[in-house]
Amino acid sequence: MSNNVLAFAESRGGELRRAALEAVTAARAVADARGGAVHAMLFGAPGIGAHAARLAAHGADAVLVVEHAAFAHNNPEAVVATIAAKMPGYGAFVCVASATGKDIAPRVAAACKVPCASDATAMTIAASSITVTHPGYTGKILQTLTLTATPAVVSLRPGAYLPKENAKAGTVESVAPAADPSASRVKVTETATGNTAKLDLGDAPVIISGGRGLKEAANFKLVEDLAAAFGNAAVGATRAVTDDGWRPHSDQIGQTGRLVSPDLYIACGISGAIQHLAGMRTSKTIVAINKDKEAPIFKIADYGVVGDVVEILPVLTAEVRKAKAH
Amino acid sequence: MKIAVRIKRVPDMDVRFKIAPSGKAVDETGLKFDISDFDGYAVEAALQIKEKLNTGEVVVISLGPDVVQETLRKAMSMGADRAVQLKADAVPADSFAIASALAAELKDGAYDIVMFGRMSIDTAHGATGAMTADLLGMPVVNAISKLEFDGRTAKMRRELEGAYELVECALPVVVTIDEGIARPRYPSLKGIMAAKKKPLETKPAQLPALRLALDAMALPAERAAGRIIGEGSAVVPELVRLLKEEAKVL
Repeated sequence: MSNNVLAFAESRGGELRRAALEAVTAARAVADARGGAVHAMLFGAPGIGAHAARLAAHGADAVLVVEHAAFAHNNPEAVVATIAAKMPGYGAFVCVASATGKDIAPRVAAACKVPCASDATAMTIAASSITVTHPGYTGKILQTLTLTATPAVVSLRPGAYLPKENAKAGTVESVAPAADPSASRVKVTETATGNTAKLDLGDAPVIISGGRGLKEAANFKLVEDLAAAFGNAAVGATRAVTDDGWRPHSDQIGQTGRLVSPDLYIACGISGAIQHLAGMRTSKTIVAINKDKEAPIFKIADYGVVGDVVEILPVLTAEVRKAKAH
Repeated sequence: MKIAVRIKRVPDMDVRFKIAPSGKAVDETGLKFDISDFDGYAVEAALQIKEKLNTGEVVVISLGPDVVQETLRKAMSMGADRAVQLKADAVPADSFAIASALAAELKDGAYDIVMFGRMSIDTAHGATGAMTADLLGMPVVNAISKLEFDGRTAKMRRELEGAYELVECALPVVVTIDEGIARPRYPSLKGIMAAKKKPLETKPAQLPALRLALDAMALPAERAAGRIIGEGSAVVPELVRLLKEEAKVL
């Protein structure tokens, strides 16, 4: 079995995603434990190869660049075929369990006729197996699973392996797609990236989230103002609010939405339904502002403030601005 | 349109779980079970397609011990036409093994669409649908929140982080269903009565050797108990001080 590890270097719209650096960092951990090398595979439209240096800086011994005009959009069939064609040379495949990574990992595994370990928060690496921790049951139970198949296919929860600089050669090799990307049966006709200036919930160190306590959709402006005062914050929402159309579904944090663990999570007018707590309870510091002092959110909040969120938010925004100015 | 939907029986999540003495399962005492959330959306989406076209068949499939028959009956009470149980002592952790058993059942079924929830709400691997598609040689679109048809072409929307993709694929196709597509209906009394007479076939699941094993289950460490620092906007300066000096996040 090869000790080398293939990392999936995710990109979107010609830009490298943080998931790419996390995947390379995690792959480095596997390769170092086994005495192997890390090869990162990067797909995109012509020009994507320019990002190879950043992958090298995070621990890629080699960067396999697969450029094709049809990779301007996500093209999972051709991506999976190209990864699968290379897998006989590797003992493991590592990606981050983003929307794209969750799509790719099981298909790479199936193409190799092996199972995969999904959404792992930690890995213990042995010579011929990898043991992972994987939260299940809406985060209420930690499952420990051992993957004994070769290659080991693992997707890691975003944030489980933070990008770590560890410069390696990063020799660039150009690879042709193993299947014609323009002939894929599944075609992505449009990718809407929304407002790319906004931080993604998975990347933001601070998340300000709003719930029904904001009373009306227009009051989300107060949440956005606070996020702007922080400067490194993204805006999230509860399911109640996304179901009512106050915010897009993609903003929903919870059991059935995004699972986040930022450094600071500020819950604004959120009572703390189990569905919501499942998506944010691993945040490092939690602040809750809610008018009902019996609300379950206060049971997990490091700092609770009882009161009307609509009155308190502008004051908090002003104070944060002041603190940031110093 | 012939549609298959894989459903899984899972416990209600709104409880405080206990680990069984084996250390490898939840203690099922007092737990209520139902169709896994996303699988429920898939059943509803399949039923709506059939109703809209006014023709076709919806077949629900579940792998597991005999208790899954109850889950299959529930889906039939919602409106599914028939059910298949792939009998196994337990649902393994190895998604490739599950996918192999499902593919063996589905391959000669001439299905136009095979649906899965995008993940089960208990073990939360989200791998079986895509793997089954690969084993069937069918295209797959994961985590869709919209599904429409233009003749034999499925037009779908896939949610990404802060973005979405519009995707097209000719039938037959495997799709995994995200929420937002359709709220599952409650079975009517008529539906519940009718479901008792609908066919439920039981076959042994053809599971290959397992290469992903569940070693242990544990409850995560509890967060320290919450702390209310005060009431009203007067407490905001103190909050900001704590964030800065104690939590060091500002």
